[in-house]
Amino acid sequence: MFDWPLLIQNLPLMLEALLVTLQVTVAALVIGFVIGVVVGSLRLSPIPLLRRLGGGYIFVFRGIPLLVQLLFIYYFLPRIGLPNVSPTVAAIIGLSLAAGAYIAEIMRGGFLAIPEGQLEAAGLLGLSNAQMLVRIRVPQAVRLTLPALVNEMILLIKASSLVSVVGLADLTRTAQNMAASDYLFVQDYLMLAAFYCLINIPLAFCGGLLERRLKGHLA
Amino acid sequence: MIFDPHIITDHLDEIGSGFMITLATWTSGVVLGIALGMLIAIAQLFGNNLVRAPLRVFIELIRSTPFLVQLFLVYYAGPAFGLSLEPIPAGILSLGIYGSVYFAEIFRTGFESVARGQLEAADCLGITRWQCIMRIQVPQMLVIILPALVNLVTILCKETAVLSIITIPELTMVLTGIGSETFAFVETLLVLCIGYLLLVEACSRLGMFLERRVGRFMNRQAQ
Repeated sequence: MFDWPLLIQNLPLMLEALLVTLQVTVAALVIGFVIGVVVGSLRLSPIPLLRRLGGGYIFVFRGIPLLVQLLFIYYFLPRIGLPNVSPTVAAIIGLSLAAGAYIAEIMRGGFLAIPEGQLEAAGLLGLSNAQMLVRIRVPQAVRLTLPALVNEMILLIKASSLVSVVGLADLTRTAQNMAASDYLFVQDYLMLAAFYCLINIPLAFCGGLLERRLKGHLA
Repeated sequence: MIFDPHIITDHLDEIGSGFMITLATWTSGVVLGIALGMLIAIAQLFGNNLVRAPLRVFIELIRSTPFLVQLFLVYYAGPAFGLSLEPIPAGILSLGIYGSVYFAEIFRTGFESVARGQLEAADCLGITRWQCIMRIQVPQMLVIILPALVNLVTILCKETAVLSIITIPELTMVLTGIGSETFAFVETLLVLCIGYLLLVEACSRLGMFLERRVGRFMNRQAQ
C-alpha cells in the first residue's frame, strides 16, 4: 500500500510546507493576539458604542466560515481598490481576523479575572489606561488564559489547512499536489494527517500540562 | 462599485438549491455526529480497556487533524479501502465523524455531571444499565450540555463551507461559482457572508430559546 522510497523522497517537500504552515499560523497568532486584546478591551469598555463595536466584530468573524472569509479577502479586496494581495498576506490577514475574534473572548475572560483593586491602585499611582493594559492587565490575563491560548493555537493550525484554497503551498496544498501527480491518495493524505498530528498532539499535551499547573496555583 | 441585485435575482434557483444542500448536509452531519458521539461516550464510560484505548486514539487523531484533511481521506483515499462514495454522502460521513468526537466529549462531561447516588439508587431498584442511561442520565444531562451542543452545532454549520472543496454544490460552491462566471465577486461573497451569519444566528437563537424552555422545566420540577 505504501511506496516507501517515494514517501521518503517527498519528505523534504512536506517539511518545507510544514514551515509555511507554521509561519502563517504563528504570524496569525501574534496579529490575532493584538486584535484580541483590543477587541476584548472594547467588549469591557464603559462606553456602550465601543462595547457594541467589539461585539459586532466577534459576531461577524465568528459567524462566517473561515473558508468564506479567506475567499472574501482574496477576491474582494482587489475589487475595492486594494492592490492584488499575495496569497501569503491574504492567508495571514484572514487567519488573524478570525483568530482575533476567538482570542478576544478568551482575553475578556482573563481580564475579568483580574481583581478590580489592582486597577484602582494603578489609577491612584498615576498609570494611564494604556499602561494599565500593557503592564498590568495583559501579563496577568495571558498567564491565566495560557491553556486556552494553546488550544487556540491548535485550532489555528488546523484552520490553516484552508489557506490552500487561496493558493498558498502549505502542508495541505503540498499533499494535494503530490496526490494529483502520483495518485497515491492513501499514502499522501495519511502522511498529511500524520504531519498535523505531529504538531498538534504535543501541543495538546503541553496545554494539558499548563492547565494542571494553573489549577495547582489556584487551588 | 455598485451592488447589482440582478446577479443574485437571476440565480435565485441555484442559490436556493445550494442553501438546501447546505441545510441537508449540516443536519444529516449533526444527526450522524450525535449518534456516533453518543456511542463513543457510552463505550468510553462503560466499556473495558480493550474498547477504551483504541477509542482514545481515534479521538486524539480526529481532534488533531483538520476537517479538510479528514474529508480528503474519506473522499479520495476511501476507495482504496472499498469505500467509494459520492461527494454528498462522503461529506456527510466526514462531518459526522468529525463532529462525533466533540459530541462524545460533551456527552461524557454530561454523563459525569449526573450524581453518582442516583445511579446507585437506580441499581438498587433493579433498573438495568441501559434503562438507567436512557431514562435517568440522558434526560438530565441534556439540560446541562445544551449550550455546548448548540455551540458545536453552529461550528459544524460553518464547517459545511469546506464541503465545497470536494465539489458538493452547497451555498459556498454555488455562490463562488456564480462569482467566477459573472466576475461579480462583491455581490456573491456578500450574500454568502450574510447567508451564513443568518444561519448561525438562527441556530444560536433557537439554542437560547431551548435553554429557556428546558430551564423553565427544571425550575418547575424543583418547586
